[in-house]
Amino acid sequence: MTYLSNITRPKGDPKVLQSGRSSLGPSDQLSRALGWFSIALGVTELVAPRRITQALGMEGNEGLVRAYGAREIGSGLLSLSLDKNVGLWSRVAGDALDIATVATALRPGNRKVGNVLLTLGLLAGTTAIDVLGAQAVTVRHKRTGGTRAQYSDRSGFPQGVAKARGAARDFRPQQPPAAPRLAQVSG
Amino acid sequence: MKALVWHGKEDIRCDTVSDPQIEDPRDAIVKVTSCAICGSDLHLFHNFIPAMLPGDIMGHEMMGEVVEVGSGVDGKLKKGDRIVVPFTIICGECDQCKRGNFSVCERSNRRKNLADKVFGHTTAGLFGYTHLTGGYPGGQAEYVRVPFADATHIKVPDGLSDEQVLFLGDIFPTGWQAAVQCDIEPTDTVAIWGCGPVGQMTIRSAVLLGAKQVVAIDRLPERLGMAEAGGAITINFDEESVVERLNELTGGKGPDKCIDCIGLESHVTASKPDTVYDRMKQMMMLESDRPHVLREMIYVCRPAGVISIPGVYGGLVDKIPWGQAMNKGLTFRMGQTHVNRWTDDLLRRIEQGQIDPSFVITHTARLEDGPEMYKVFRDKQDGCVKVVLKP
Repeated sequence: MTYLSNITRPKGDPKVLQSGRSSLGPSDQLSRALGWFSIALGVTELVAPRRITQALGMEGNEGLVRAYGAREIGSGLLSLSLDKNVGLWSRVAGDALDIATVATALRPGNRKVGNVLLTLGLLAGTTAIDVLGAQAVTVRHKRTGGTRAQYSDRSGFPQGVAKARGAARDFRPQQPPAAPRLAQVSG
Repeated sequence: MKALVWHGKEDIRCDTVSDPQIEDPRDAIVKVTSCAICGSDLHLFHNFIPAMLPGDIMGHEMMGEVVEVGSGVDGKLKKGDRIVVPFTIICGECDQCKRGNFSVCERSNRRKNLADKVFGHTTAGLFGYTHLTGGYPGGQAEYVRVPFADATHIKVPDGLSDEQVLFLGDIFPTGWQAAVQCDIEPTDTVAIWGCGPVGQMTIRSAVLLGAKQVVAIDRLPERLGMAEAGGAITINFDEESVVERLNELTGGKGPDKCIDCIGLESHVTASKPDTVYDRMKQMMMLESDRPHVLREMIYVCRPAGVISIPGVYGGLVDKIPWGQAMNKGLTFRMGQTHVNRWTDDLLRRIEQGQIDPSFVITHTARLEDGPEMYKVFRDKQDGCVKVVLKP
């Protein structure tokens, strides 16, 4: 994209030759990846819930899978937004809900127990990544420092506030020149 | 050369880019000695204002030394001159420039056709602030090309440091214009929302212009402390009701003049449900700006008062109580700053020692550290209020 925008720039404008370090940290990049993953998973759950329930031996729960799909999309959008810490923590909460729901399929007689165990393993791994990502993003963007007294000596008025009060009271903005007079129409 | 380049949402990089070249006889090339990150740069950082392209150089607060001039600069600038570059590019010749309405210069936006379609009529070209305002490369770089350089500059004397004069290019005249357009009277209470860099300059301007009371509203203790140091009464909106306190300070009448130094990114908090509503709409692209401050100002302002808006808005706002505004007879004044209309007077005040705008600088860093400083400034880490970068 940068290459394409370089082509459109006027001759005298600087063009990117080599890219440097980004303001996006590794945890921000992880948040983006998880956000897109969440959206992709959510769309799959919305579009093909029957395939998921069949694979897990949970037929009849298609409505629930669709609802979880909508939740995944919400979490994904939040993870891609400026409130990415909220998005990632909402994914962690969603992971817990997913694990609790899938675990109900570990019942005797379910012929898809193997798939259920595999899914629980994947969910555990995803949860670990989500927790690490959420913690990292929260720490990276946490407000630090700042006390009321910190800048209490910074008035900006070298002669003091008392002398500054009203020092420009006589200021009058320069009047812009009058609008050009319309030409007289002579009869 | 090195420059801070926009690559997408929250993605600013310190890239190696080609050097700028003179394109027009009225151009000049300036070697940047100091530049700053502005609060309105964060709107681009957050991708709330459209028409940025990957590869655009950021920055509209800069100053430096003229190293090359075009043949049409006509002796008004020469190599070696030390100048502050105003963020609004001005031709100095069009009808609006002649009236002092520099931020709506009719000739400096090189994407006039696009701006005409989006705004109805074009506004001035701006440095590093989207292709709607010309797509001009910004000044968070080692060098910057200044179009219409014979008009677009503020010459500064050698006796003053970069830190004292740098903010003549944007935040100082922006705060000044915000206060001046309130027509402040000695009996006025002026309420200012936001104690960021523009808010701090507005507070000092309102004090200089002789307001009876200046009230500053924010939630960050270090910014409230800085506001108090400048002569303001402060309100921490996390701890008390803004409306109740303002009414208490004005004998129940409300502030005569209200100034919005926040703009499109009002703080989101569960205690103010409209901010959550705005954030949700913004995320779903149903609203571009979060106008909580506008709503609060309209509600609390004294009837027949003035609402001044230097904070940047980018597009569409929702649920503005226009009925309150109309029935209370409020006057609204807003706009990008007509920088050069004010700078001769403000430079004189700095030289006289009436004000020293360098008070607002809390962090100075190398240009290479710019991407990290964007994060520090945005996340308000380490008590950050204003970042100056040294290329």
